[in-house]
Amino acid sequence: MTIAGYRIPPLASLLFWALIWEIVGRLHLVFLFPPFSHVVAELGQVLTSSTFRGAALLTLESFFAGLAIAILLGVPLGLLMGMSRTADRLLGMWVNLFVSAPLSALVPVIMILFGMGQATIIVTVTMFAVWIIALDTRAGVRDVPASLIIMARSFGATRRQTLVKIVLMAALPEILAGIRLGVIRGVKGVVIGQLLVSIIGLGELFELYSRNFLMEEFWALTLIIFAFALGAAELVSVLERRIDFYAGARH
Amino acid sequence: MNAVDHIRAEQPHRAGTAADAIVEVCGVSKRYGSSVEALRDVSLDFPKGQLTSLLGPSGCGKTTLLKIIAGLLEPTAGEIRVKGTKITGPGPERAFVFQDFALMPWATVLRNAAFGLELRDVSKAEREKTAQHYINEVGLAGFEQRYPHELSGGMRQRVGLARALSVNADVLLLDEPFSAVDEQNRRKFQEDLLRLRQVENKTLIFVTHSIEEAVYLSDRIVLLSPRPGRVSDIIEPKISRDRSPDEIRRDPTYLDTVEEIWRGLRAYAD
Repeated sequence: MTIAGYRIPPLASLLFWALIWEIVGRLHLVFLFPPFSHVVAELGQVLTSSTFRGAALLTLESFFAGLAIAILLGVPLGLLMGMSRTADRLLGMWVNLFVSAPLSALVPVIMILFGMGQATIIVTVTMFAVWIIALDTRAGVRDVPASLIIMARSFGATRRQTLVKIVLMAALPEILAGIRLGVIRGVKGVVIGQLLVSIIGLGELFELYSRNFLMEEFWALTLIIFAFALGAAELVSVLERRIDFYAGARH
Repeated sequence: MNAVDHIRAEQPHRAGTAADAIVEVCGVSKRYGSSVEALRDVSLDFPKGQLTSLLGPSGCGKTTLLKIIAGLLEPTAGEIRVKGTKITGPGPERAFVFQDFALMPWATVLRNAAFGLELRDVSKAEREKTAQHYINEVGLAGFEQRYPHELSGGMRQRVGLARALSVNADVLLLDEPFSAVDEQNRRKFQEDLLRLRQVENKTLIFVTHSIEEAVYLSDRIVLLSPRPGRVSDIIEPKISRDRSPDEIRRDPTYLDTVEEIWRGLRAYAD
């Protein structure tokens, strides 16, 4: 972005909003928004507190477990849909429905099925992440150049070899894009799940902070979660860019 | 070539059998759906050690025929025999070179060239040694660790050729290998192909729509006529190959053959 000939670094807009936040906070217009500087000061407090550490650990555990399940289910599901028209017709509607549905509404159902504990959170994360992973994998498989598959066949590849050495590799950029979006949705899932269950992990902390109007702590926690979601997605996109380099000539 | 082949070729499966055919096309027809007839009752022999071109206007089914020989397409009627045995699909005695190269963009030149052997579970050291040999043969030494998108079209097709040579098949099937390669690289590549033929002693079946290319490279040229694809003529250019490429291209026999084929194909030009 450039303004009047000056290149503005991407982080500048963050600073701008932080400044607005600070001003609004200092004016004491809304008690919901304490000054940004107070929130930042609280960050250290929150991060070092033992309640946070316990909650964060539990949250991370649920998040990664849910994401792993989502990848293990979503990638094969997408492969199946990409390769078999029958499977695509049977499953396509449902996957497309779930990818756009307000899944938060399903969390109470998951709660009834899996109880008020970590299992529910893991299933929620999986529910949030799995569909986009499946859809992107499907798109990647659909895009595998037919000539590569014919090439493998002409050199005597088995179905398994074609799947592992050609289809999976050729679809890798889309699969990773799906996982990156899955990570972001998974963070949503873990927060929403814990908020609704509200007796474990960060959800419990959120409940505690907001019920007691500890807005500084509340916003500090929010910032931490935002940073985590963006950081995790960025990690995947670093991987994506490496893959893109190799697959640079894909047409 | 040897007595055994002569005797085997005596089998009277049809007329016009060449002396020692390694690939036999027997009464092959191919229909797509109910309306499109790509090939009708094509019978052909491909002599061992020779380069045969399938030449014809677009729509004559030459690529279809090549893919049927490769085992990538099923004929509607008829059969293909390789070394006397009916084929049911792709096999290790045949290797295909693709018009669009069909290289894996995520793999290096070395891995692409060794891919046929990788599929056969040849150990990494061994397959890379073989691939390296053929990478040198096709003139790509020093490019082993490059990726396809870093290479020119001509170089990419050289990788495709190295991959086909590495599996040590007796028959190389080339589907318009130079059509996506620019002119000067095409000429250089054609010359290299002639030189490679002398070293490697392979049977080559070559699909092209370029008359000059077919006459320049081939021992035999099979002319196909379109809609439905049938064999219309077989020509054996009597051009001696022991001269320089430039001399061949100025040879009256070469020029006359090109002219003769052009006259035959002219009727199919739009």
